[in-house]
Amino acid sequence: MMKKLFALFFAGFVASSVFAQEAPDALIQQVTEDVLDIIRKDKDIQSGNTNKAIELVDKKVLPHFNFQHMTALALGKDWRKATPQQQQLLIAEFKTLLVRTYSNALTSYKNQKVVYKPFKMNSGETDVLVRTEVLQPGSKPVQLDYSLEKLDSGWKVYDVVVAGISLVTNYRDQFGQEIRNGGVDGLIASLANKNKSMEANLAKVEKK
Amino acid sequence: MMVLGASGMRKFYRLLAAGVVGLAFSGVVMAEGNPRDPYEGFNRAMYSVNEAVDKFAAKPVAQVYDKAFPLPVKAGVGNFFGNVGDLWIGVNGALQGKFGDAGIDLGRLLVNSTVGIFGLFDVASELGLEKHDEDSGQTLAVWGVGDGAYLFWPIIGPRTMRDTAGWMIDSYVDPVWRVRPISVRNSLVALRFVDIRASLLPADKVVEEAALDKYAYVRDAYLQRRRNQIFDGRPPRLDD
Repeated sequence: MMKKLFALFFAGFVASSVFAQEAPDALIQQVTEDVLDIIRKDKDIQSGNTNKAIELVDKKVLPHFNFQHMTALALGKDWRKATPQQQQLLIAEFKTLLVRTYSNALTSYKNQKVVYKPFKMNSGETDVLVRTEVLQPGSKPVQLDYSLEKLDSGWKVYDVVVAGISLVTNYRDQFGQEIRNGGVDGLIASLANKNKSMEANLAKVEKK
Repeated sequence: MMVLGASGMRKFYRLLAAGVVGLAFSGVVMAEGNPRDPYEGFNRAMYSVNEAVDKFAAKPVAQVYDKAFPLPVKAGVGNFFGNVGDLWIGVNGALQGKFGDAGIDLGRLLVNSTVGIFGLFDVASELGLEKHDEDSGQTLAVWGVGDGAYLFWPIIGPRTMRDTAGWMIDSYVDPVWRVRPISVRNSLVALRFVDIRASLLPADKVVEEAALDKYAYVRDAYLQRRRNQIFDGRPPRLDD
């Protein structure tokens, strides 16, 4: 009897944790809290160690992002102009740019709190918006929303929207301009240059 | 702008209005440019001017302020000016037909001005009276006024034509500009400016690192953010 009860309890526990993994709002909450926990304890990240923040983002955040979708969204109609090889290069460079930029943003963390907005989802939905808010004393709350899509590998984020600004589609005009000026290869080169110069900056800062 | 008196402010508005009208008639449309940004040449020039002013004046002061004061002091400053703005936020909410929100804004003003000691503490938020984000530009938008061309102004920064008009209305009724004596008013205006600039320091770093073209990044972010504010954080999805 005891054994059966225990098994039932255990099964329930496993089922609920699987369920938690599957719900997109629970996923966002879990990843956010994991990351905030680590930053709160990590004096290096708080004092501006970007490399350490990148490591954290690589490990905790990236597995839940779909960079192919993000890159396609950033290019809009121009995405189809790129060959599959060009697309792979674009994804790689765009990923580096986004990860470095926003890892760096994490280093400005100062006691902000994240509030999770009520989330409702119809069964069978495969594209949802999870809404959160970042609270900081003395400032207006900042809206922070995530668009997620359901893939075979689980829910993946394909857009992050800060105060109404999509960090992905905000690139569309700039990318379009680069492509008009130098074609898809021109855009790839610009992104690569940008990433190289940021890498160089970072190396300079770390040396100091 | 901080050192202009009331007549100076009026002159500044007139100049600004003349600028808007002048731009509207000059009709310099760039061939391959963004249709929402027909005066890109002018705007980019103003953007560079602003960058220079920011680099040598506004930003260094904001950085000193940010380092010199502990978080509770800065929060108090932000809360104080936030409280001053809540009445006008409520008026704009009401003008857009959001009477419930306007009531909350009024409640916030009452609670924070008293229990919150002249607005230094945002007690109302702790009580669940949520702060709203409204201004005259948003009200005009809800009434059906379109964006108009995107403009980049020295010192005040990006505004669409509609939001430039909204900004003029907002500044005209701004209680901080009416404080007397003038010396106190100037200090308050300066403090608010520095506090806002300081709160944008982390965003600076992001733009610096994220953008291929900072001008375009700021423009597109501004336009997206305004659209989001007009729809109170739930803009209809655009088709990709």
